[in-house]
Amino acid sequence: MEVNVSPHIRSDWDVRKIMLCVVLALIPSAIAGVYYFGYYALMIIVLSILSAQITELIGFKLMGKPVEFDGSAIVTGLILALILPPSVPLWIPVVGSAFAIAFFKLLFGGLGKNIFNPAAGGRVFLLLSFGAVMTSFPAPRGQSAAASTAASTAATTAATTAATTAASPLASSAAYSYMDLFLGRIPGSLGETCKLAILIGGIILIALGLIDYMVPLVYALTCIIISFAAGADPLYHLLSGGLLFAAFFMATDYVTTPITREGRIVFAIGLGILTMATRLLTGVESISYMILFMNGLVPIIDRFIIPRSFGEPKKVKVGGKKNEQ
Amino acid sequence: MVEESLVALAIGAVLVNNFVFVRFLGLCPFFGTSNNWSNSMGMGLMVIFVMTCSSVLSWVIDAFVLIPLDATYLRIMVFIFIIAVFVQLTELIIRKYSPSLYKSLGIFLPLMVVNCAILGITLINAGEGYAFPAALVSGFFSGVGFWFAMLLMAAVREKLELVGVPESLRGIPIAIVVAAGYSMAFRAFAGLV
Repeated sequence: MEVNVSPHIRSDWDVRKIMLCVVLALIPSAIAGVYYFGYYALMIIVLSILSAQITELIGFKLMGKPVEFDGSAIVTGLILALILPPSVPLWIPVVGSAFAIAFFKLLFGGLGKNIFNPAAGGRVFLLLSFGAVMTSFPAPRGQSAAASTAASTAATTAATTAATTAASPLASSAAYSYMDLFLGRIPGSLGETCKLAILIGGIILIALGLIDYMVPLVYALTCIIISFAAGADPLYHLLSGGLLFAAFFMATDYVTTPITREGRIVFAIGLGILTMATRLLTGVESISYMILFMNGLVPIIDRFIIPRSFGEPKKVKVGGKKNEQ
Repeated sequence: MVEESLVALAIGAVLVNNFVFVRFLGLCPFFGTSNNWSNSMGMGLMVIFVMTCSSVLSWVIDAFVLIPLDATYLRIMVFIFIIAVFVQLTELIIRKYSPSLYKSLGIFLPLMVVNCAILGITLINAGEGYAFPAALVSGFFSGVGFWFAMLLMAAVREKLELVGVPESLRGIPIAIVVAAGYSMAFRAFAGLV
């Protein structure tokens, strides 16, 4: 008999089925990416998925494990492709996916044991190693002329001032209407631009009960409150960059987020604070970094937020002292 | 203005220039004693204490003895002496009050004398020409950064012991992989301060 790590829940959901549904939920974003950035985007997605799956199979072979096909590598490959700029050379998704799977997942022993989100890790690895190709974003199809001139001027000024790693339209606040942001008529990462598609995918996941709706909700609320307090435009921040994509597809990963609901809420708040802090203080978007950092905090969060056992009396705090019963 | 720069310095010391994950200093006690929570806590708190005290005393000696005498080339030697004093002091205190912690830290306790993170902070303070408050803040918060790194690592390693990492990677190897992951994550703060 094999006993695995918690949670032990009986249901007809197995890993393969869950992963299939996550892929399904990611398909709207993938379609939007292909629509806006052409068939080149499709090539990136396919190569990324193939590379992730092949790396996983080779890894299992090398480790002498039985080869199991649970679809988790496909999800990692797909997510990584969707958070890449759509103009990267084709070897980028291949290298990134292989590294993400090999380094962030297989070394730990495979699915369920990794500390960091492999897709976020892969993206950070690519960003650190090949910064130049990872930070140039082409204009999508159907971008209005005024917006694209504004964006390109913003891009040139950004390029001349410093080699910052600004992603998507954070720098040029006035250039895009909310509708452009919502539908994805903005430069940005492949699957992160079209908020409509992301929302469809997120709603699929929530409707199927696969993710906790509190995580994206608390994350978004934290970002809204902070941007409001800082005098920035909350809706603009919510709709720009990779915030929504991360909220639905990366901050809700089972393996790399806290076990308890309270823990996940702490995770979401922390992620929101860090996201907005880096956005407002540096003007650079780095949600993948923040996901990676918060993943690293999860063991500590799990350590301090322990659920009340069934039947255990509530601890009432009176004057800072624990009241017995 | 002064307060603001001190806050920036503090955030910088904990996150942006974290001794373990960004500067890669003090890795020996970091990997050696982060295998469980209570050891990490003990080691981390000790590093905070020693870093703060040595930063203060080495600043005083640097400013009032070494610089007036034009003997800054003696810094390394003098600072090591100062650190040794505080390490001895903590060693005595821990042996008296927590023999079990003293035992489980073992060789890493006296080895703190030559901990490059602690010598590092005194030399960085001197090299940057910090004023007294800045030296105090940078010493204390660099220690906090080290302590934070120790706790992160201890929590991860205790978790990894339960999940069953591949045999060949158990212990230090997977710890190095995890540290690499943290190191990548900490790059996020590079532009913060």
